[in-house]
Amino acid sequence: MTEYITLSFLLFTIGAVGVLVRRNAIVVFMCVELMLNATNLAFVSFARQHGNLDGQTAAFFVMVVAAAEVVIGLAIIVSIYRTRRSTSVDEANLLKA
Amino acid sequence: MTTFWVLAPIMVIAAMGLILARKAVHAALCLAVVMISLAVLYAVQDAPFLFAVQIIVYTGAIMMLFLFVLMLVGVDRSDSLVESIKGQRLAAAVVGILFAVTLSIGVGQVVVSSTIGLDQANADGNVEGLAALLFTRYVIAFEFTAALMITAVLGAMVLAHRERLVTPRSQTDLQKQRMRDYAEQGRHPGNPPTPGVFALHNAVDTPALLPDGTTAEESVPESLRQRGQERQGLDDSAVQDRLREIGPDEDEEDADR
Repeated sequence: MTEYITLSFLLFTIGAVGVLVRRNAIVVFMCVELMLNATNLAFVSFARQHGNLDGQTAAFFVMVVAAAEVVIGLAIIVSIYRTRRSTSVDEANLLKA
Repeated sequence: MTTFWVLAPIMVIAAMGLILARKAVHAALCLAVVMISLAVLYAVQDAPFLFAVQIIVYTGAIMMLFLFVLMLVGVDRSDSLVESIKGQRLAAAVVGILFAVTLSIGVGQVVVSSTIGLDQANADGNVEGLAALLFTRYVIAFEFTAALMITAVLGAMVLAHRERLVTPRSQTDLQKQRMRDYAEQGRHPGNPPTPGVFALHNAVDTPALLPDGTTAEESVPESLRQRGQERQGLDDSAVQDRLREIGPDEDEEDADR
């Protein structure tokens, strides 16, 4: 049981560090997906631990939200790329400048 | 448990690859490895429905979407290694280690009761059990996800839609433009010379030589020019050598006449 949770938080930490380090917006996005997947693993493991399916239902909802989020996020990245010709998060400072 | 110990190192390595890979496509492939391994772990943990959904939604739909967008914005681009904020990587590593320590303390303090297992909950089948939960206790949340999906589809359409601001130029417009260029700037209205004509190399990356000895840069295809892959024509060392051999003689003959 504990090893599943350990793997889950390892993946979550790696995803979080990736969000902090990477500058390509698409890779940052993939790191967010990794974090969501890590929480899903924890949900499924806890569902098995407690012997009911609520955890799996939560994982299912996380997947639905992740799918919607990816669609919107990638659309935003594409529209930024159209105007700025770049997907680097450093250069998307339109709101600041 | 064997499955876990086989897959866990692969997943951690692939996740590290997601951070360390310089090219976004490699990062996407690493993420696909993590997601497929996660699907197998779901199957091991009595979640066959989530196993199928993980494969179909994540590796099927979401990763495809990522790869499509990568193709749109240019695949062969890799991140620069220059830090734009000084010490950002070090700070991120420190924060990550602190975060991992915090989480491991949390996990370490958990009193692990014995795992009950899903045999009883999955007695009627995993899909049936999930459906019973989704359509009774979580039905409101389920309805909200429907609203979320529709909003996401509309939002993606609005964000990705591009209004055409100017009408596309027709053949007539192009022809008029060409004649106007000829009248105002003296630009030749006909076809530009093809690359390689009168040059030493009969190749598409060699600009044509004009009668006065200069090169016609625009005879090289624009994509080659943008990538800087055109030959220099007259500046080529071979051409220079040849010119040095024959050049002065011709000049002297001209002077004699």
